[in-house]
Amino acid sequence: MTPRADPAPTGVAVGLENFGWHYPGRQDPSLTGISTTIAPGERVLLLGPSGAGKSTLLQALAGVEQDPDGQSGSGRVTVDGVDPRDARGVVGFMHQDPETQVILSRVGDDVAFGLENLAVPREQIWPRVRQALDRVDLQLPLEHPTTALSGGQKQRLALAGVMAMRPRLLLLDEPTASVDHDGARQLCAAVAGAVRADGITMVVVEHRVALWEPVVERVIVLDDHGRVAFDGPTRQTLHDARELLQEQGTWVPGWVPTTRPPARTGAGPAGPETSPRDHAGAPDPAGSTPGAGEVLLSARGLAVSRVQPPRRAIARRRRRALRAWRHGEPLPEAGPDAQLRPVAAGIDLDVRAGRALAVTGVNGAGKSTLALTLAGLLVPAEGSVRAAEALAAGAAPDPSLWDGGELVSRVGTVFQHPEHQFLRPTVREELEFGPRQLRRRAGRSSARTRGGTPSEADDAARVADLLRRLRLADLADANPFTLSGGQKRRLSVATVLAAAPRVLILDEPTFGQDARTWRELVDLLVAELDRGTAVVAVTHDRDLIAALEAEELRLGT
Amino acid sequence: MSTTTAPTMFGPRSGLLARANPVVKLLGALLITLVIVLSADPVTNGVALAGQLVLLAGVGLGPWRLLTRLWPVVLAALVSGWGTAMLSDAGGPVLLHLGWITITTGSLGAGAAIALRGLAIALPGITVLLTTDPTDLADGLAQTLGLPARFVLAALAAMRLVEVMITEWSVLAAARRARGAGGGRGPWGVLVEFGGQAFTLLVQSLRRATRLAMTMEARGFGAGPRTWARTPHYGRVDVLVGVAVVAIAAGALAVSLALGTHRFIWQ
Repeated sequence: MTPRADPAPTGVAVGLENFGWHYPGRQDPSLTGISTTIAPGERVLLLGPSGAGKSTLLQALAGVEQDPDGQSGSGRVTVDGVDPRDARGVVGFMHQDPETQVILSRVGDDVAFGLENLAVPREQIWPRVRQALDRVDLQLPLEHPTTALSGGQKQRLALAGVMAMRPRLLLLDEPTASVDHDGARQLCAAVAGAVRADGITMVVVEHRVALWEPVVERVIVLDDHGRVAFDGPTRQTLHDARELLQEQGTWVPGWVPTTRPPARTGAGPAGPETSPRDHAGAPDPAGSTPGAGEVLLSARGLAVSRVQPPRRAIARRRRRALRAWRHGEPLPEAGPDAQLRPVAAGIDLDVRAGRALAVTGVNGAGKSTLALTLAGLLVPAEGSVRAAEALAAGAAPDPSLWDGGELVSRVGTVFQHPEHQFLRPTVREELEFGPRQLRRRAGRSSARTRGGTPSEADDAARVADLLRRLRLADLADANPFTLSGGQKRRLSVATVLAAAPRVLILDEPTFGQDARTWRELVDLLVAELDRGTAVVAVTHDRDLIAALEAEELRLGT
Repeated sequence: MSTTTAPTMFGPRSGLLARANPVVKLLGALLITLVIVLSADPVTNGVALAGQLVLLAGVGLGPWRLLTRLWPVVLAALVSGWGTAMLSDAGGPVLLHLGWITITTGSLGAGAAIALRGLAIALPGITVLLTTDPTDLADGLAQTLGLPARFVLAALAAMRLVEVMITEWSVLAAARRARGAGGGRGPWGVLVEFGGQAFTLLVQSLRRATRLAMTMEARGFGAGPRTWARTPHYGRVDVLVGVAVVAIAAGALAVSLALGTHRFIWQ
């Protein structure tokens, strides 16, 4: 650590007088009558249900809230006795999205950005930049490209950028929500060190309470109406407010919502033998509801890579493989290709009906890449992915050879960011999309689908059922993009389930979700397991693995 | 699907030109472009193009490497040249007669001139992009040329988002294919799918832009005087590049004037 050149700054007092916030067009205000003071150097954890206006409160304290016509806010906010918008450089603010906290393309420049804006003389800038990077334990060359950083590193870089400005009030809006467990711990340690050393006042919004419990000394809990429900010393308040917090979906320490365990019916791992290349359309002897434990998808000697061959090469390979398959010849395996730079190699796995498989491992171990490869969305760099006849149901036994329509009825993939998968203007249409796609295909060709062609009435019933189970019925006509984070997550899983795939692949499904959404997701996945769907989840979440009784495949070491 | 590596948009930046100051390169590119834009004759354009190629070869960007990176531009130049040759009414002996298409020596000359001109105009700007780090360019624009810092830095921050968007586009394509999108056949289906994907990207970009603006504001951007952490550096390389650029511009003009072929666009 470099010795500090200047005397340490001290925290400021924060005052809220009857502060309220009412977004125009909303029925209820998000914040009502908040009056409190935060002493200099005090460290506060702000809790409350999602949508309770926690972020709004932080943005108001930071002086960056969006209130163009001055109609939304009421009451008074002061930082060090003045309006936060006039307290330039006093307040440091961080939000949860790593991608938009990085401003410039080189690490050093990015940290220096705030100092330049504060008109710090040039000769002081670079020492302060290095010191700030040291502080957050980000030992990288100043010219290191910011695009090459992981999400957790980006958040620590943002923290360095904020800390270099020597704020006297630090505001953190779910800083670890998009960061994995280790990244979150490192960030938290960096914050704790910086804040304690300088005696900075801090307000953090987070629903992972256990992470911040040792750092903060006071907890404020908001209720559903945006009023202060509890306010007091950390341990006492967490104890008193425990029931309310659990109801709100806050992850209070030492608690996991109770969920129903999967039924695990069926014969266990030794399922009936299937002949992988029996493409001639011989009906599956097990019928349309094969036993749990049967292998649906398997990988042998698989190496996966984000780097894909050129699109035309893939198309050529696809045509050749499909021709071979139609002539009853074995499908070619992907040979080793040094140009593709696999992130993970030598993977053998079986995906079984009614069973969950958890793919774990450190960042960059290739978990998501493996998931996309199993889902047929990336081609293997080496080795093979094979679908058993029970899954392929008349299509070629390699998922990467399936077209979009063949894919949705067989393998459903839920991406990490729900918005990436929204296709339609309303929630209902979003759910109807998959089934309609299948019906259109069935109408076009006489392709065999599982259990025959589903009728329109069946689809409608399934959509209605999903809407009800996911508590989205009231929002059936809402635009998916306007939903809350938890609702978007539930919808993205539901849209994939609507096509009734036999294999469900999810990338970090519980990431950044509150306990309420978590429980709903687990219930949904357990119900799918009981129906005989195979579930593959890329996850860091130990509780999820336990709740699904998943087998674990750990990538990297 | 969370950690993805963004592509480096303009390829690797190394070599002599990469070390030259962006402002010198930008002004040089403007000078050459200006000369070519104002001159309509093939001699000026040809000499300017040849000069640029020699300069680029001298700093390690040989014709072959240029072609592999810039082939779309070359293709565009050839297409526009061919179009001109077909449509030009310039006379001369007929070389080719295909239905309504008549190519004469005159029209072929006009076409060649257009193709040359297109290439010669495009090359300087693209070279600057290929060899310049956006941050350095912004530093130069704001500190040396005195452009408003607010404007330059906002553009710079937006530039970084473009790289993020390029990455996101491919993730989006996979995410939508997983839902069975893009099943529509024919050009109409492709167009619909492209529109949908573009719309999602637009929504994401607007959100990003709002959040980025918030980040920048919270870091004190936008009000009051500011200092600069980096000083634009000017050295011997810049003198060399400057001299070479002036030589190209002046040389092209001198040659065509000496040959008596020079013609302004309004002549």
